[in-house]
Amino acid sequence: MSNPNSPLDSATGKAVTAEPGSVGIVVPQRARFSEPLALACGRTLEDYELVYETYGALNASKSNAILICHALSGNHHAAGYHSESDRRPGWWDHYIGPGKPIDTDRFFVVSLNNLGGCDGSTGPASADPRTGKPWGPDFPSLRVRDWVNSQARLADLLGIGQWAAVIGGSLGGMQVMRWALMYPHRLRHAVVIASAMKLTAQNIAFNETARQAITSDPDFCDGRYLEQGTLPRKGLALARMIGHITYLSDDVMGQKFGRELRRGDFHKGDEVEFQIQSYLRYQGENFSGRFDPNTYILMTKALDYFDLARDFGDDPVAAFRNAQCRFLVVSFTTDWRFAPERSRELVDALVHANVPVSYAEIESDMGHDAFLLPNARYERLFASYMKGVAD
Amino acid sequence: MRTDLNLIRDWIAAGSRVLDLGCGDGTLLESLARDKQVRGYGLEIDPLQIERCVARGVSVLEQNLDRGLGNFADASFDTVVMTQALQTLRYPHHAVEEMLRVGKQCIITFPNFGHWQARLQLAFGGRMPVSKRLPYEWYDTPNIHFCTFRDFEVLCRENGWHILRRQVVSATWPGRLLKDWMPNLFGETAIYHLARSADLSLD
Repeated sequence: MSNPNSPLDSATGKAVTAEPGSVGIVVPQRARFSEPLALACGRTLEDYELVYETYGALNASKSNAILICHALSGNHHAAGYHSESDRRPGWWDHYIGPGKPIDTDRFFVVSLNNLGGCDGSTGPASADPRTGKPWGPDFPSLRVRDWVNSQARLADLLGIGQWAAVIGGSLGGMQVMRWALMYPHRLRHAVVIASAMKLTAQNIAFNETARQAITSDPDFCDGRYLEQGTLPRKGLALARMIGHITYLSDDVMGQKFGRELRRGDFHKGDEVEFQIQSYLRYQGENFSGRFDPNTYILMTKALDYFDLARDFGDDPVAAFRNAQCRFLVVSFTTDWRFAPERSRELVDALVHANVPVSYAEIESDMGHDAFLLPNARYERLFASYMKGVAD
Repeated sequence: MRTDLNLIRDWIAAGSRVLDLGCGDGTLLESLARDKQVRGYGLEIDPLQIERCVARGVSVLEQNLDRGLGNFADASFDTVVMTQALQTLRYPHHAVEEMLRVGKQCIITFPNFGHWQARLQLAFGGRMPVSKRLPYEWYDTPNIHFCTFRDFEVLCRENGWHILRRQVVSATWPGRLLKDWMPNLFGETAIYHLARSADLSLD
């Protein structure tokens, strides 16, 4: 759910291909699917494209494939660099690469941009084949299960009958859980990080506020901003600022920014600007330059609508009785957007359903962003689990 | 494997469902899964031990035993095990009560504070016992609720818990020879097999 360009992120732009532990230069690939995809909303996508990257090599028995499911603002570029001059690696580069927890010397890693995204896969900014104009607000609303279905088709295309593991954090973790219920025989391990079986009211409230920020921007034009030649940049930036506040903990904000001033002086009676103000604005502006507002709305709605147990009489234990894989569940102590309590609820449901699960609550002051960031204990635990996945 | 773990393994039925409180590096659960098709979970709070469990494919949950077992349903496990952790808990008696709620039976091991060496150190040295098995000083020990075998059996009687069987272990001389004669003096570790009611037969 975090911004890959966040200054809080692990990566620093060093050059690149020779970097130990890096998958080096990667080239995104594109797959076209012309078999219609029936969606949870009742509509059908006749034709769509998915952009994805792969790292490592698929073994002869095709048993070492790992699927990475991205979060709200993520994309297919999870590891490595796109060019020699690329300043930052993919959003999960700290955890994917040779010798890293998701070890590309052992695994064949597949990472895609989800349907409805804005980094190359078919989404609201793509052209609607019926009109030739951008889909905009007419793009079908998507649910987590639609992503899982489209990911299963990508697996078919790549000849992967069963994933060694499906892995994701936050909204990505919801996709992992759905995989375990929808295609129980197509994965051996499920790694669910900083996620929840459903959002709390408070969490939905944050998403709604973010959506309102976008839709109330006059440049939003009812979602037809591309046709109008505008872009609700201010609204999207504001939405991202709200998100960012919730992804960090009070502690880390205090440590990183405190009450430090970027400009002005209280003693001189100037107008002052706190460091945190400038940081949030930077995050907002940066994000609004690279992300599609309709995609943001679509993704946050998918988050809100996700409820693992809705189809199982609201009983998560009944839901997980369908699972056939082993689980690793991880949460972070200061994550208040996807709090450890949510992960414990998930673990309790898995235990009651008799599903093998390991759970760790990682000490971190980084809030929800922790799942993307370096953390010695998290790395060791993740690596230990993944060694078992490889065996 | 530790002697007490070997004995416990023999007491657990093949194919049963086990919860191991304070499961350490997962040795017991791993061997039970491998040799007796036992399914189960371990609870642990030490990050290093959790990693070791995860690395050997043992299902381990990070959970502090002092927070209780409220997230586990009544009789949801055949056996609840706790080895060498009773004396570290804030409320050992509540823990046993909870073990007997969650499990149909439970197996508990703990070090004997009535062991002759401990008695000698306290009686003649005038200092809190420190030994190879219990190497801590009084101020840094995680063992905050020591008891003797006799203490534990009194607790069982007062709470109506049934001792299905007891095995006393001693690795060193003279305990190996004398532990069955005077267990509370010569036994180092006891393994108790408890049930809420005496109806449970040991077959």
